[in-house]
Amino acid sequence: MSTNSPLTYVHSRTAVLRDENIDTDRIIPARFLTTTQRTGLGRHCFEDWRYAADGSDNPAFALNQPSARGCAILVAGRNFGCGSSREHAPWALLDYGIQAVISNEIADIFRGNALKNGLLAIVLSDAEHRWLLDNPGVELRIDIADSTIRLPDGGSIRFALDAFARHCLLNGVDQMGFLLQQDADIAAYEHRMENAA
Amino acid sequence: MTPRTLLDKLWDAHRVSAETESTPGVLYIDLHLVHEVTSPQAFDELRSRGLKVRRPDRTLATLDHSTPTLPPDADGRRPYYTKEAETQVATLEANVREFGIDLMGWDSPQRGIVHVAGPEVGATQPGMTIVCGDSHTATHGAFGSLAFGIGTTEVGHVLATQCLLQRKPKSLAIHVDGGLQPGVTAKDLILHIIGTIGIGGGTGHVIEYTGEAIRALSMEERMTVCNMSIEAGARAGLIAPDDTTFAWLEGRERVPKGDAWERAVAAWRTLPSDEGARYDREVRVDASTIQPSVTYGTHPGMVVPIHAPVPAAADAIEQRALDYMKVSAGKPIAGESVDVVFVGSCTNGRLSDLREAAGILRGRRVAEGVRMLVVPGSEQVRRDAEREGLHEVFRAAGAEWREPGCSMCIAMNGDLAQPGQLVVATSNRNFEGRQGKGARTVLASPLVAAASAVAGRVTDPREYMNQEAAA
Ligand code: SF4
Repeated sequence: MSTNSPLTYVHSRTAVLRDENIDTDRIIPARFLTTTQRTGLGRHCFEDWRYAADGSDNPAFALNQPSARGCAILVAGRNFGCGSSREHAPWALLDYGIQAVISNEIADIFRGNALKNGLLAIVLSDAEHRWLLDNPGVELRIDIADSTIRLPDGGSIRFALDAFARHCLLNGVDQMGFLLQQDADIAAYEHRMENAA
Repeated sequence: MTPRTLLDKLWDAHRVSAETESTPGVLYIDLHLVHEVTSPQAFDELRSRGLKVRRPDRTLATLDHSTPTLPPDADGRRPYYTKEAETQVATLEANVREFGIDLMGWDSPQRGIVHVAGPEVGATQPGMTIVCGDSHTATHGAFGSLAFGIGTTEVGHVLATQCLLQRKPKSLAIHVDGGLQPGVTAKDLILHIIGTIGIGGGTGHVIEYTGEAIRALSMEERMTVCNMSIEAGARAGLIAPDDTTFAWLEGRERVPKGDAWERAVAAWRTLPSDEGARYDREVRVDASTIQPSVTYGTHPGMVVPIHAPVPAAADAIEQRALDYMKVSAGKPIAGESVDVVFVGSCTNGRLSDLREAAGILRGRRVAEGVRMLVVPGSEQVRRDAEREGLHEVFRAAGAEWREPGCSMCIAMNGDLAQPGQLVVATSNRNFEGRQGKGARTVLASPLVAAASAVAGRVTDPREYMNQEAAA
């Protein structure tokens, strides 16, 4: 079942990937899309970036730094998640341990897919984003109820979150259930269209 | 009434319930296209909830991404790249049986890449909403239908309810004036547009392509343009339907016939944006200045005219892309040594594309040491091409003529390049590793691809075309 558990906050240090335009092929290369499951993709997350040719960890990959281990918040360069619509990308990130992605621009389909799976996708202003890029490892608490990121120095950043997405995250509501409840309206629409044709 | 855009009209006609501050709207989906890669988990979801597919008659499946493009062996076994790929295809075959969905499968003369086969059978029609678990669904917007890619969770939503929860996107009009020069194709046009507005330039928007250069395009060319809308970040691309559209569709298997056809065409004629309709943003492009264009970096927005120097990297990230591609700023892409040429995909795997490539290859040979794969977009394209003898042209030139599928566009079926190899590809993505780990992709038109295969270097096709004109 895809019903998500309720998510009220994410509290973690940040890991930073400064690259812009990190596409979903980089998040999870196509050769791992032959799976018929949603689970187990974390070990291939960022596969071609993360591992060296001999299969060992690539030390140059920012998320392999000891300081980035265990971080649940990923701050990434502009236009994160562009390219393919594969939902395997948020599945892989979640399985890897990421619970929130922050950028100053996030691709549409990725953002929708992420929120449907309980992965927070947050877009901030250029200045706020730049500060986070320049300060990796900062400890953030992201509260969903008031759409606020709290910084260790007491400062805070508000972010935009669609009211329905917030409701679904906070209550673990699954959108399929919501849509199924619209059955009468859907049937009425179909009836109208068939009569008009 | 306030003048409405094509997008407004499509949106209004499919609204089951309007969006509010607290909830998105419910949008009805006329056609749901399904393939093996993004659907298995969605069918599992239906099973686990005990649900049926609401409208199997509005659902159409095909096999394309994981499928081998080499023929079966003497025992009829298909050369799947991995066991998992075979299981994935078998899973879709089992799911369509269980849920009663039409499949353009192995035994179908209509099987093909979802965005090639859907229009061919007339499933794609103006005025529709069309979705698929695939970001290049935007292709179908060439017919004046609102078509966009969705994730697997949404595939489940559409299977179960024929609807999606959506907020209306913004509109972006791209007016293309003038006309394309000889040797410059729809692919060069869309690459140029992506280079102009940037790969995030369409985020949050649906693009409507308008103007005299667009009106002059064939349906195949319009599909090439709309196909790559996602490469500019847009959810969808639209072109208003006109006589070109209707002529292309008439008589296809799934379109209305007789009086119903006349009524449908009359309704479709009301779709184009009204005089004075407002877009959220507008951009103008002059088609007559566009040159054959190629990418030089690791996303489709890093594009230059073929003879223009590669621009200097603006920052460390762009420098990394140039390093990955092993290209230097200040030098043009023309002349780069080529290892592999791929002609195919939902961007440029149609008959007209194969004709263009064959036009260059006829009487010539693929350069020593270059591997060229030609992969028709569908069984229909394959049959038509073979009827014209194009496969003989490709084979005589030393290229491989394959069976239909996505092939090297996504490289998940075993058709891939080796690390470091340079691929000139007619597909749509040049991301790092897209065509195999470490592979370097240059996106180009079928003309550029074929010319580069002959020369063994990235080459302006007009060099060969002019020779023909002179001969
Ligand atoms: S040809 Fe490429 S872009 Fe088109 S559907 Fe197949 S994998 Fe996707």
